[in-house]
Amino acid sequence: MQAGKNNALQTGGNGPSLTREQFTQAYHDMLLIRRFEEKAGQLYGMGLIGGFCHLYIGQEAVVIGIQMALKEGDKLITSYRDHGQMLAAGMTARGVMAELTGRSTGYSHGKGGSMHMFSREKNFYGGHGIVGAQVALGIGLAFANKYRETDEVSIAYFGDGAANQGQVYESFNLAALHKLPCIFVIENNLYGMGTSVERASASHELWRNGEPWGIPGKRVDGMDIAAVHDAALEAVAHCRAGKGPYLLEMMTYRYRGHSMSDPAKYRKREEVDTIRKTRDPIDHVRTILLDAGVTEESLRTIEADVKAVVNDSAEFAQTSPEPDPAELYTDVLLEA
Amino acid sequence: MATDILMPALSPTMTEGTLARWLKKEGDTISSGDVLAEIETDKATMEVEAVEEGILGRILVTEGQQNVAVNTPIAVLISEGETLSEERTQPTAARTPTAPNATDVTPVAPPKATVLAVSEPEKEWGETAEITVREALNQAMAAELRRDPDVFLLGEEVAQYQGAYKISQGLLAEFGEKRVIDMPITEHGFTGMAVGAALTGLKPIVEFMTMNFSMQAIDHIINSAAKTLYMSGGQMGCPIVFRGPNGAAARVGAQHSQCYGSWYAHVPGLKVIAPWSAADAKGLLRAAIRDPNPVIFLENEILYGRKFACPTDEEFVLPIGKAKIERAGSDVTIVAFSIMVGTALEAAEILAEQGIQAEVINLRTLRPLDTATVVESVKKTSRLVTVEEGWPFAGIGAEVAMQVIEHAFDWLDAPPARVTGVDVPMPFAANLEKLALPQASHIVDAVLGQV
Ligand SMILES: Cc1ncc(C[n+]2csc(CCOP(=O)(O)OP(=O)(O)O)c2C)c(N)n1
Ligand SMILES: [Mg+2]
Repeated sequence: MQAGKNNALQTGGNGPSLTREQFTQAYHDMLLIRRFEEKAGQLYGMGLIGGFCHLYIGQEAVVIGIQMALKEGDKLITSYRDHGQMLAAGMTARGVMAELTGRSTGYSHGKGGSMHMFSREKNFYGGHGIVGAQVALGIGLAFANKYRETDEVSIAYFGDGAANQGQVYESFNLAALHKLPCIFVIENNLYGMGTSVERASASHELWRNGEPWGIPGKRVDGMDIAAVHDAALEAVAHCRAGKGPYLLEMMTYRYRGHSMSDPAKYRKREEVDTIRKTRDPIDHVRTILLDAGVTEESLRTIEADVKAVVNDSAEFAQTSPEPDPAELYTDVLLEA
Repeated sequence: MATDILMPALSPTMTEGTLARWLKKEGDTISSGDVLAEIETDKATMEVEAVEEGILGRILVTEGQQNVAVNTPIAVLISEGETLSEERTQPTAARTPTAPNATDVTPVAPPKATVLAVSEPEKEWGETAEITVREALNQAMAAELRRDPDVFLLGEEVAQYQGAYKISQGLLAEFGEKRVIDMPITEHGFTGMAVGAALTGLKPIVEFMTMNFSMQAIDHIINSAAKTLYMSGGQMGCPIVFRGPNGAAARVGAQHSQCYGSWYAHVPGLKVIAPWSAADAKGLLRAAIRDPNPVIFLENEILYGRKFACPTDEEFVLPIGKAKIERAGSDVTIVAFSIMVGTALEAAEILAEQGIQAEVINLRTLRPLDTATVVESVKKTSRLVTVEEGWPFAGIGAEVAMQVIEHAFDWLDAPPARVTGVDVPMPFAANLEKLALPQASHIVDAVLGQV
């Protein structure tokens, strides 16, 4: 299985479902994630971000394509590779960067860090560091949608590595049994840390992993925003109609290491370079926009805007205070 | 504008590294994401990627140079048409990191401990009726299901079967299958699901057929339920109750006979309750369901069928975190919880015949522990014996004794003693099982050893 083999991928529907305005918006949103993550990598290099820091670079089309198919009230949950999801959900670059640097102005007041951020306002339920946990929690979000008799859906993102966890299959069963409006999104970036899918899973078609429970699945070119969006629309419609869960396998690729300190001996630099040169999700949208007559000039404006937001977030983070020492003891329990 | 490219830290512990190889040369156009150089640390070889675009104006640290400190400028990036002054040929010293420095942190005192505040007297609830612990638990759930539409019960065999131990008898009929939900045997999955629902504000009651099976789900109880409020800076509360029979039943062997009191009581972000009487069960389960935090509710199978007087008042509820003095005495304090409260009371009867007045404290809540009640009692009796079914090592008795040592050391006339389950997996044979569990006679012996 190679991310480069575009032709082997099923895409949703009959071609791009996005308008020029939507492509333009997507270009902005994806670029924001890309530049934000590059900046995070830089701050990490300067010692301003500590611990783990899992960058989303290369996978931007997945979250943006899905986000464009959602509506207010839909719930999101993901793993520790969460910065892109949060920006896609509309959380501010400032709040996320401040949390990455452990500042009081971060989404968790500096107590969560890169892997643990939440926003009730944006229906983003974290940021989870236990591989696979977000899948069972994710069907709980869908359970709540159903219990409250809304037509909201929940998106549970997880990796190809997480797809081997037992609780994922417990969740498939429960979601199918109770017809929960949950979209399972496997972000197959071909590796779980240093282990390729082939070395970790006897099933090489992860999109079919819900079949025993009758969960419809689709493999999607996750580097192609229109394909992602098409597939997401279909999955969302299925869930909103009360037909139960849906499984999307997004074929994607992470350009950077698993976390920051990743010697990358499990893959060749050529593999990374090839995908970056031939399948970059942002270059892809850029080309579509230029072909459609959008000027270089207007793209440069977007790029400048994004850069300003990212630089502002880094500045904000670095000038924000660390949490007050008294914060050590707060937020353990709520007052009964 | 020229910008310096700094020697990056590629791991949390890296302070310096070797610049192994440049992959770009002076004059090359750089776009963000390009690999500029390779760096070697003691652990690995890693790549330095460009973050900004521009032209590689000058390389300051040449290939092969060792011990390059983190944050040393290694190259200068310029923009189109820009020239660099000749002075910028030498690497300047590493910049002082602007990162927060956790070494000069001044410690803060924990919030003023409320533990030694004198407990208010318990509210008088008036008329009582004799009911079983099973009925008490059932009534508590029914009352809270009636009171709050966000409350629901899920677990194995809770609905159609009416509960493996009949605790949920009749609830399906009254509340319907939306709110009383049978689960397949999938503890990890359904606990995660319930925690997810609780994060949105719903109030699930998760019944484990026995607490032994909560081990399948302990990751969600601790990592997902107990820690999320903290990790989210106070945004994501998790109002959920995990309940089921805990500790030894009778003749069911090692895997079905374990006390999880000290396991769960160890965890900040959880409350842990272990009721003894029907009144404890009813009043505390209602409080647990109303509590906005994750609560572990440790029941006892052998107690389910026992009858106790329980207030009939519709509003009856008990405060979490308050112990109860079940029997007043002046000579020794016996601290117990769950079924061992009965065993302690039995021991107190025997001791009374010998002229020793034991004070028996029913902890009722293990976390937060009502240290005040225990300490006040020991200040009066000067002796402490703790009793639990669980194993001795790092058990509840160890914690209670340590609290007393910290707060009432000078009042003690004898070293505190622990009566616990024997430090072995639970055996099956009737005689061995009996030997493995605390008996009233063990408590009597422990007390006699002190006076
Ligand atoms: C239960 C658990 N086991 C192991 C780990 C360590 N770990 C963190 S991420 C990871 C790889 C996960 O890969 P994948 O699910 O493909 O996600 P990706 O990192 O590619 O986004 C591992 C093994 C963990 N955090 N939790
Ligand atoms: Mg992966």
